[in-house]
Amino acid sequence: MDAAGEPIIKVRNLTVGYGDVVLLERVGFDVRRGEVFVILGGSGSGKSTLLKHMIGLLEPNSGSVVIDGDDIITALGERRRAILRKIGVMYQSGALFGSMTLAENVRLPLEEYTDLTSDEIGLIARMKLSLVGLGMYTGHLPAEISGGMQKRAAIARAMALDPMILFLDEPSAGLDPITSAELDGLITRLSRSLGVTFVIVTHELPSIFAVADRVIMLDRRRKGIVAEGDPRKLRDTSEDPWVRQFFNREAEPVAA
Amino acid sequence: MATLAVSDTGDGRRVLALGGRLDATTIRDVWAQARRAITGASDRRILVDAENVEYCDGAGVAMLVNLIQQRNPGDVQVANLKPAFETLLQQFDVQALDHDLDPPPTRRPAVEEIGVIVAGMGEDLRQQIVFIGEATAALFYAALHPSTIRWRDVWRICERVGADALPIVALIAFLLGVILAFQSAIPMRKFGAEIFVADLIGLAMLRELGPLMTAILLAGRSGAAFAAEIGTMTVNQEVDALTTMGLDPVRFLVTPRIIAALLMTPLLTLFADLISLLGGALTLQSFAIPFVTFVHEVEAIVDYSDFFAGFVKSFVFAVLIAGIGCLRGLQTSAGASAVGDAATRAVVSGIILLVVVDGVFAVIYFVLDI
Repeated sequence: MDAAGEPIIKVRNLTVGYGDVVLLERVGFDVRRGEVFVILGGSGSGKSTLLKHMIGLLEPNSGSVVIDGDDIITALGERRRAILRKIGVMYQSGALFGSMTLAENVRLPLEEYTDLTSDEIGLIARMKLSLVGLGMYTGHLPAEISGGMQKRAAIARAMALDPMILFLDEPSAGLDPITSAELDGLITRLSRSLGVTFVIVTHELPSIFAVADRVIMLDRRRKGIVAEGDPRKLRDTSEDPWVRQFFNREAEPVAA
Repeated sequence: MATLAVSDTGDGRRVLALGGRLDATTIRDVWAQARRAITGASDRRILVDAENVEYCDGAGVAMLVNLIQQRNPGDVQVANLKPAFETLLQQFDVQALDHDLDPPPTRRPAVEEIGVIVAGMGEDLRQQIVFIGEATAALFYAALHPSTIRWRDVWRICERVGADALPIVALIAFLLGVILAFQSAIPMRKFGAEIFVADLIGLAMLRELGPLMTAILLAGRSGAAFAAEIGTMTVNQEVDALTTMGLDPVRFLVTPRIIAALLMTPLLTLFADLISLLGGALTLQSFAIPFVTFVHEVEAIVDYSDFFAGFVKSFVFAVLIAGIGCLRGLQTSAGASAVGDAATRAVVSGIILLVVVDGVFAVIYFVLDI
């Protein structure tokens, strides 16, 4: 918290794509420690792809992603594990392990990475799940709960080890407005009290205005970042009509 | 690092002074010590002084919750926690976290378990009967209206069921021919009866082993593939999508697969018969029986009724394997292992059915004297 403002993730000259198709060209930005950073963009603009590169799942065509001083793209073995230990990821579909109960899903990283006793891990798992409102469902299997609940359980699992950075891929898509607002509250609380940095991919405008400190907007046609900054300012003062349209939820003008 | 200092005060309190970083990797020892310090002084009220705590994440909060839970409400107090961490602690209902609100289900008693299994078997039988009805109806409909069959799917599945299976069928059939010939030729040679090995291979392979081995291979290859494919579609709600589009999943998914299996299995069986005879003939060459003699012997002993006895079976086997594979796929439940279970069940019940039906054929052929 003391070090707020200092960049914790540095993305430099990142060019990504699938095969010959380039989605983003020479993209660079910083995510500051403790902020809620939102990646925006229309469908197919490469938001999720960018996220996958930031967590080291995909290898970029070129460029670097430095997380807390270490490049996740070139790091291997123990160094890479050390970086991964600092991040938690919630995937779009939840990606909970289907054969394990919710509590077991949250326990897994704790059992693998800490040497706490089984009871202590059980308590932490219950707390994480009650934090996302699933205290009554610890013994359920992912298939037995709804999609929105799966997402929340996935966030609980991502938080199991209290990582410095949480990556959330469309956390509130498919959630009802109340749960979605609760989730926003949870994100704000965690970021203010623990100084957790959030990198969130989302489309949900209310959610963006509620939680985001800073956003970047990607555009498919321009293959890069078209706007960066405070979402409220971008909505009101951006010179780019497309950006204003996005924030004001207006349809693209039909070409005459 | 996390630190703990325990001290007793004159007014009957025990003070646990926590300090440093409280996170999942640092608190292990402190947690156990603090718990012991609380349980070891049951006559004193406890004050947890968190003034020197620099950092306290979810795991640290869990420790504080756990310490509060050690006594009756109010007996353990946490003081001087930094406001940021205090809000983390405040969001939990400490008493509710005391026990698991949703404990995993306990194991059922054995008798109940047996009952559940039997009931499951009954339900499975019912579903099989329903499926047989549906599939039969769909096949009759397809036979009467051949234009409604999705032939593009049929040819695609034919390629995977038939052409792609040729190498493994050839390998197993050849091996079977060689093994049968070799193992029987050694004792037969003692009687100078090596030539009858040709009879044995001809009859055994064409009547029984050719169709059966082909069918077992098919159950392992295509039966499992059908179950996994349709199972994944079930899990992804693709089968639901078909249903709501008004397309009968049985007609759409099962019919092409059964037709493809019906077309391909007899061909594969024919192929397996030939290759196994070839394997036998090659082996017998080393026992000084020339190729021509082998062929003449087989021709003399094996007649068309023997060949058709095996060939007819392969059609029935084809329907069984494709049908059971599709059924298991459609029965797929939710969950990570569901598709794997469906594929396993397809292979197991496929092979069991093969054995049963093969036995039925043996009885029929015996009675009819074929």
